[in-house]
Amino acid sequence: MIAEKLAPPTLGAWAAPQRVFGNARRLVRTHAFRLAALYFLVFAVSVSGVLLFVYWTSADFVERQTEATLDAEITGLAEQYAQRGLSGLVQIVAARSAGDRGDGMLYLVTGPDGGPLAGNIAAWPAGVPARAGRLFFTTAARVKERIEPHPAQGASFIIPGNYRLLVGRDISDATAFRNRVRTTLLWAGLVALGVGLLGGTAMSRNLLRRVEQVNRTSERVMAGNLSDRVPLAGTSDEFDQLAANLNRMLDQIERLMTAMREVTDDVAHDLKTPLARLRVRLELALLGGPDGSGQTEAIRSAIDEADRLLATFNALLSIAELESGARRDESEAVDLSEVARSAAELYEPVAEEKGFALALAAEPGVRIRGSRHLLSQALANLLDNALKYADGGEIQVRVERAEGRAALEVADRGPGIAEADREIVFDRFVRLERSRSTPGNGLGLSLVRAVTRRHRGTVELADNRPGLRVRLEFPALAA
Amino acid sequence: MKLLVVEDDRETALYLAKGLNESGYTVDRAGDGREGLFLAMSGNYDAIVLDRMLPTMDGLAVLGALRAAAISTPALILSALGSVDDRVKGLRAGGDDYLVKPFAFSELLARLEALLRRGAATAATTKLRVADLELDLLTRTVRRRDKPIEVLPREFRLLEYLMRNAGHVVTRTMLLEHVWDYHFDPQTNVIDVHVSRLRQKIDKSFDSPLLHTVRGAGYCLRAPEPPASR
Repeated sequence: MIAEKLAPPTLGAWAAPQRVFGNARRLVRTHAFRLAALYFLVFAVSVSGVLLFVYWTSADFVERQTEATLDAEITGLAEQYAQRGLSGLVQIVAARSAGDRGDGMLYLVTGPDGGPLAGNIAAWPAGVPARAGRLFFTTAARVKERIEPHPAQGASFIIPGNYRLLVGRDISDATAFRNRVRTTLLWAGLVALGVGLLGGTAMSRNLLRRVEQVNRTSERVMAGNLSDRVPLAGTSDEFDQLAANLNRMLDQIERLMTAMREVTDDVAHDLKTPLARLRVRLELALLGGPDGSGQTEAIRSAIDEADRLLATFNALLSIAELESGARRDESEAVDLSEVARSAAELYEPVAEEKGFALALAAEPGVRIRGSRHLLSQALANLLDNALKYADGGEIQVRVERAEGRAALEVADRGPGIAEADREIVFDRFVRLERSRSTPGNGLGLSLVRAVTRRHRGTVELADNRPGLRVRLEFPALAA
Repeated sequence: MKLLVVEDDRETALYLAKGLNESGYTVDRAGDGREGLFLAMSGNYDAIVLDRMLPTMDGLAVLGALRAAAISTPALILSALGSVDDRVKGLRAGGDDYLVKPFAFSELLARLEALLRRGAATAATTKLRVADLELDLLTRTVRRRDKPIEVLPREFRLLEYLMRNAGHVVTRTMLLEHVWDYHFDPQTNVIDVHVSRLRQKIDKSFDSPLLHTVRGAGYCLRAPEPPASR
């Protein structure tokens, strides 16, 4: 039974309609579709409203015109009757009925017997009651040798002596006009609604397509293709802005991921070697002579190795913490000159011993906001590097204020760093080939940069002709 | 001397207790912050070794509560957080010293003993004396066998710290922290040169050296052993 339930639905005949319905259902759920439907509804209501208004206005206008003409005619005939009596009326009717004046006016005067006395209608129209009042009737009109029924509108009057008067107007033209207007408007409405439907669909599809693009891109990114980006339409509308922002975010994520991967690789590589060395040392200690004389030494050097490893880990963690910017430390006003003086004082003896001349040129009272401890550490790293890579000569530590910036500079007379390498030396574990043999973990400058960035500063490496000049610049506090 | 070790990692706690026992201390252990605070509140301890990250109550919070209750037992903070700012924060929170895990036991012991001495020698002294070396804190002068010795201001502070801890090992890191207020270890052995310069001044022209290097640990300033013949 379970197997039956789990059996896949038969394909072919089933799949296609299911997909269509699925798509339709999905479409109905989309915001774009609802928007388009609303758009269409509003559009349809307003178009219908406009068209109905046009229709009513024109129909009303034609009707009024007919009635105005009829009224004028009736007034005229009434005057004639008043002045000249029945005979005058018959006369004027006969006169007006003579010939085709083309105004579509219809007249009929009948006697007490119902027979026509004058007028251009042969007989009292059938179905028209013999009483006074406004009425509609059908008349037989002669159009180009042909007799055809025409609608007419008019009024009938009872004249004393059982005479009757019918005044009317052929409204076939007006009716035709009204019908024409109706048809035209109907078609116009249908076309407009069609266009609206198409427009709404296109709009929603366009909207849907662009949302879909974003969705597809994020799906691909989630699937691991980090370098995929949302395509831009180049219209710089909200969607383009959204796409651009998303792309920027993806750039940032990619950069972070790459950096993280690099660090992980570096850690794996740079920490594996000392670990392997550590292991060998311990193994050798195990194999050591029976007197155990070498063991103490081996254990001691293993501990040293472990300490170096731990120092590397600590440096890595410090850099990561500084770079993540997750922590906001309470910062204080730090006197850079004081930081430099203190570091110079600490390093002066060791520099002298190694054959360097450490010179301090610190403008007094150059202050920035930050952490004295971190800045001291960065400066110490720079001094460590100078002592490590230069071969004697002068090391100059300089603090100055320049254009609202506070600068801290360490310059040595060593081999310097080739221009091409000046960017990569800040990366973690980067140690230029010639210096691989010197002790160090390749994290010094990474930490310097992390500290500098934390202080919203910049690091610049320059040629000291000869030597290296490292210049850190920070936003200065007022003197 | 009675110590309290507040540490949630059992292995570290056992290792600490064992080492401290062997060094002649009585050790109580607490496995979390609240228990640690409860024990420390008794005020029966000469020093506290306090892990920073503890269950139930953070180490710095324990310290804050202790200090608020006017219990000034010296505390050494242990932490896995090693950045310079973390250390400074730990010290500002009322810790008397700060050590980053993992640490060498010798370093911990040296620091702990320095803390214990500090607690003992609170009486204001104006002169420090080790054998025939004399340091006057008021006149800022150093004399040995009544011969004045010229020292730079920083050398004076270095010697003062060594003399206050006379007879005990002082590590390079301790010197960096207490004499230079540097809470990180530079890659260059800056301290060694400072110490050797100081040694030049106080030991060179005298037959009995006072300032000794302790291999793998640091330095120790101590009076020479009395002659064996006596």
